[in-house]
Amino acid sequence: MAINKSNKSKFIYTILAWGISGLIFFPILWTILTSFKTEAEAISASPSLLMFDWTLENYRDVLARSPYFDHFWNSVVISLGSSLLGLLIAIPAAWSMAFVQNKRTKNLLMWMLSTKMLPPVGVLIPIYMLFRDFDLLDTKIGLVIVMTLINLPIMVWMLYTYFREIPNEILEASRMDGANIIDEIFHVLLPIALPGIASTLLLNVILAWNEAFWSLILTAANAAPLTAFIASYSSPEGLFYAKLSAASAMAIVPILILGWFSQKQLVRGLSFGAVK
Amino acid sequence: MATTNSRSLARLMLFPSVLLLLAWMIVPLCMTLYFSFLDYNLLTPGNDEFIGFVNYEFFLTDPAFIESFFNTLLLVTGVLFITLVGGIGLAVLLDQAIWGRNYVRIMVLAPFFVMPTVSALVWKNMLMNPVNGLFAHFATWIGVDPIDFFAQMPLFSIIIIVSWQWLPFAALILLTAIQSLDREQLEAADLDGAGPISKFLYIVLPHLSRAITAVILIETIFLLSIFAEILVTTSGGPGYASTNITYLIYTQSLLQFDVGGGSAGGIVAVILANIVSIFLMRLIGKNLEG
Amino acid sequence: MGSITLKQVTKSFGKVNVIKPIDLEIKDGEFIVFVGPSGCGKSTLLRMIAGLEDTTSGTIEIDGKDATDTPPSKRGLAMVFQSYALYPHMSVRNNIAFPLKQAKMSPEEIETKIANAAKILNLDTYLDRKPGQLSGGQRQRVAIGRAIVRQPSAFLFDEPLSNLDASLRVNMRLEISELHKSLATTMVYVTHDQVEAMTMADRIAVFNAGIIEQVGTPLELYNKPVNQFVAGFIGSPKMNFMNVKSADNNPTATIGVRPEHLVISKDSGMWHGTVGVIEHLGSETFLHVHIESGDTLTVRADGNCDIQYGDKVYLNASPDKVLHFDANGLTLPLEAALKTA
Repeated sequence: MAINKSNKSKFIYTILAWGISGLIFFPILWTILTSFKTEAEAISASPSLLMFDWTLENYRDVLARSPYFDHFWNSVVISLGSSLLGLLIAIPAAWSMAFVQNKRTKNLLMWMLSTKMLPPVGVLIPIYMLFRDFDLLDTKIGLVIVMTLINLPIMVWMLYTYFREIPNEILEASRMDGANIIDEIFHVLLPIALPGIASTLLLNVILAWNEAFWSLILTAANAAPLTAFIASYSSPEGLFYAKLSAASAMAIVPILILGWFSQKQLVRGLSFGAVK
Repeated sequence: MATTNSRSLARLMLFPSVLLLLAWMIVPLCMTLYFSFLDYNLLTPGNDEFIGFVNYEFFLTDPAFIESFFNTLLLVTGVLFITLVGGIGLAVLLDQAIWGRNYVRIMVLAPFFVMPTVSALVWKNMLMNPVNGLFAHFATWIGVDPIDFFAQMPLFSIIIIVSWQWLPFAALILLTAIQSLDREQLEAADLDGAGPISKFLYIVLPHLSRAITAVILIETIFLLSIFAEILVTTSGGPGYASTNITYLIYTQSLLQFDVGGGSAGGIVAVILANIVSIFLMRLIGKNLEG
Repeated sequence: MGSITLKQVTKSFGKVNVIKPIDLEIKDGEFIVFVGPSGCGKSTLLRMIAGLEDTTSGTIEIDGKDATDTPPSKRGLAMVFQSYALYPHMSVRNNIAFPLKQAKMSPEEIETKIANAAKILNLDTYLDRKPGQLSGGQRQRVAIGRAIVRQPSAFLFDEPLSNLDASLRVNMRLEISELHKSLATTMVYVTHDQVEAMTMADRIAVFNAGIIEQVGTPLELYNKPVNQFVAGFIGSPKMNFMNVKSADNNPTATIGVRPEHLVISKDSGMWHGTVGVIEHLGSETFLHVHIESGDTLTVRADGNCDIQYGDKVYLNASPDKVLHFDANGLTLPLEAALKTA
């Protein structure tokens, strides 16, 4: 009797959960399906979910129209480059704050996070002009610098929360065992913190991949990552749903897959250690 | 708890981060501040003279500023409200015993990984378009007039799109937080005779406060500078109906080339953000660092 | 060699003096235990000896050489931590090899030393496991193994047994004592558990609020505590204290009697009271007697004691087993105390 009742509620909850999550996922599913339709079918007033003539033509058109792979490569270089550079700067800082605490540590962390609160428009003009004067407009290196800086506070904070979970005694043990600071960081701290470092890297790759403000403003044809490439579909090509869908699918699918694979670590990283 | 040796080492290792962030914050900010007092337009070069607070006067008294100020407020609070309420609901639902929870999680999480430009384009064209959009088809099918979302309710449409992007984030953080709740607390509440509603109000919700704080903090950081969604869908229109402060300053400085005016706007935006951040920092200072 | 000398060592965090000037000589090969309540500074002093904390003033000499400013990695000491502090990402073998690799030893030498340590500590079967797969007692052994392989001039133990369950703790206590006998290396051992201190130490240093109250062999501390604090800290169950009405010619403010020195009588004695809770341990019985002055005295009686809850009893103690303390808590010499009484 009890089993029956709990199974019944499980059934209801399952239907509800699948229904709602299906609705949330629907726009993405619809985009991917539409990318395989013909333009006529894509705007059909009685759209079909699966029963249509599947075609790869849209993908061929998108690739022919603009150098998708160049933009893809730009996105890879910018997001990965800025995340790796960020790690290089953030790891020592996070080590300091997590293991050599003083009264100012907390204020410093708050300050770092508060730089994230600074609206990009506050520095838009100077950055634009500095970039123009230093020939950094529309270059990958320029965007790597900006992405590194805007994500640095998040990286430091994430790494800090991961490092904090490592007992100080383990690092002290390595000092007692005769390790110097280099050995301590490379042979003890980093291997132990590897999952945390990996998820910091991943989250920042995703944030940088999807960043749109600076990407749209500071790049043009040469260094434009996929966010800017897609924006060029805003009109009037946006009316060609199937091609728009194909381009969109190509922009989001790589990061979607990466995100799905790493969702467990991401959730912890995303909350700055507020949930475990 | 450390030695002098490690303390000086720590300072050395902190140095690059602090220096970079300081430079990133101070240098451009000072330049913005400087420009904001100039009559500086890229279209009329060489004519940049000191004009005091005129730029501020123009910016602050511009009806567009008032409108975009409230739009910004509405956008941030609207999205926060939808994602928190929806997120808590989803988190409670996904915490139940259900079949295929992993697949459900994957589907719910997906919108978070979609870049803003793509989600804006997909919603604008394929879902909300008044002629060929799916919503319009659906409206016709049930026999009502399709809504022209971006003409009739531009800001609300953008709130919907942004909420869709951030709902997964809120839901997943909150779900993880709920799952970390000690089951014995709930069992104790059962024995004390608490019903599902009082269990939620007195045990689950207080347990979530840390996670809710984190969600508010992080979402606010990103929501204050929403840009691409507006650029791609409405370009701030009609009129200024969907312009937020970020977008207003963008149009002023990079579309109208009014560096002075844009800079004054930038400084105003920084001050407003500081007010919000002081408030938020207090909140997390108490709540996040247990 | 492993003598450690502390000269006027102090430590303060800001304005708080955690360690007030301490002088202590730890002899080569000695097993010394720092014991005291939590927050008394014993762990801080150990960490200062290790070099993990700065010394605010004074000097720490190791083997006659000033090591006050030497970093921990260069002091030649080994430490076993309360949480074991094993490297979670390394196998047991690599955990033990880590200090040897840091000392740039040849792989063959490392192999021999690991095999040796594994044999002493019965770790052979676990060598390729990760710490996460071991029980608390096994982890403790690995931590000790990691400490002994490098043949340090002294071992520092920071409450090493406090995370183990009671029965395991007794076993490990014996093993560490055994290890000390066979290695004959200096060991400095911090604990808050006076039983550990009494059973393992050659000498005990009793800490309280940043100072050492008394240093001596376990029996010295038990029989001749210098003050009320040491008297109360050493011995289990705790010594009973009773306040004495002050009189001009009598400096005694408090008297103390250990539970094992109280004798129960049915008809007469120095104190009269009602029996409260009775704890039967089989080998002995602890009675909590509420006496007329309002104090509760703990009495250690025979295992087969037939006294019931609520019985009225008299308690006696031989005068030479009663300790007298003055108003400052210092122990008064027995003869003087008895004369004035």
